[in-house]
Amino acid sequence: MKKIINGIIQENPVFILLLGLCPALAVTHTFESAYIMGFCVIFVLLFSNITVAIIKKLVPENVKIPVFIIIIATFVTTIDILIKTYIPDLHMTLGIYLPLITVNCIILGRAIAVASKEKVMNSAQDAIGIGLGFTLVISAVALMREVLAHNTITLMNDLSNITGYEWIITVLPVNLDLNVFATPAGAFLALGFLLAIFNKVFMKGELNESN
Amino acid sequence: MSLISIFVASVLTENIILTKFLGICPFIGTSKREKGALGMGISITFVVFISGIIAYLLYYYVLVPTETEYLRTILFVLIIAAMVQSIELIIRKQFPKIHELMGIFLPLIAANCAVLGITFLVIDYQYNFWETIVFILGSGLGFTALIYLYATIREKLDQRPVLPSFQGVPIALIIAGIMAMIFSRFGL
Repeated sequence: MKKIINGIIQENPVFILLLGLCPALAVTHTFESAYIMGFCVIFVLLFSNITVAIIKKLVPENVKIPVFIIIIATFVTTIDILIKTYIPDLHMTLGIYLPLITVNCIILGRAIAVASKEKVMNSAQDAIGIGLGFTLVISAVALMREVLAHNTITLMNDLSNITGYEWIITVLPVNLDLNVFATPAGAFLALGFLLAIFNKVFMKGELNESN
Repeated sequence: MSLISIFVASVLTENIILTKFLGICPFIGTSKREKGALGMGISITFVVFISGIIAYLLYYYVLVPTETEYLRTILFVLIIAAMVQSIELIIRKQFPKIHELMGIFLPLIAANCAVLGITFLVIDYQYNFWETIVFILGSGLGFTALIYLYATIREKLDQRPVLPSFQGVPIALIIAGIMAMIFSRFGL
């Protein structure tokens, strides 16, 4: 449990370690694509961490990174095929960012820093913590962007293929209609402001040292 | 689409950093000094040019005929890793001058999403061979130009007072946002 909270706050992959910024910007135009991206990352991170932790003694030091990348790419391909088969609309929405999970620095980073040193259980817990931390951040960015731009929260739209119904909430009585947040520029702005807020709330004393 | 419009779009209006968010890590992380930014941009362009062409040929002449398109993620990652290794070896032996400029960046590129992303985009846009080459060169040029521009802005920014909670990455992201707004207007 401590490891999981550690992954969400003290070692938050996006805000503290500054890894995985690419999906945090790219798939956050709707809430739905963000949290599903988060689940995909948790899936890949969990299985790659467990696999790496199991085989770590068999891998020679100098081919460590290529072996880890292939393990990660295998799980990414697995989830790519699953989503393409069962939720084709979502596969279109996520586009190249789904296969790009392979080079998401969070996953390779955790494989090298944690899974290749610790036991299987610890690696799995670390994967869940870091994965949840990532999911929470990109969901928050998506929430901010979608509410400000369209005044909606899309909980199920592409997913309605398998669940059977759509679920889109309208939030505020007035539509703010800040269209800039729907564009790529808005993604940078939203992430920048959220990161500043996170620094303000959690990093009170450490700002001057880290910069 | 004509070759010229592909080139202009990939450099300006559909810049891979600002509209596709590829290569954000080096963009935010290493672009603090102008010279480093230039070296990074040139290294990425070079690697993506060679590995992109090889990936394109292997995809259309090996994976498509054998109906194993789902292997493209694993294959492209391997191609890029192998290319980075061999480019490093070749320039270290043959062109030590260039190695001084690019050497420290090459290992970082192996797991860079700009390189892998461009090879995926080429397939998704269904470009033919010449369009692929133009798109790759345009994207590389757009990446280099932007990362250089951005480094110069950040050097100036270091001397300005910024709110403590915005220091570092937050203000960098906001500047990137403003640049994205400017670049998206070039199309009109």
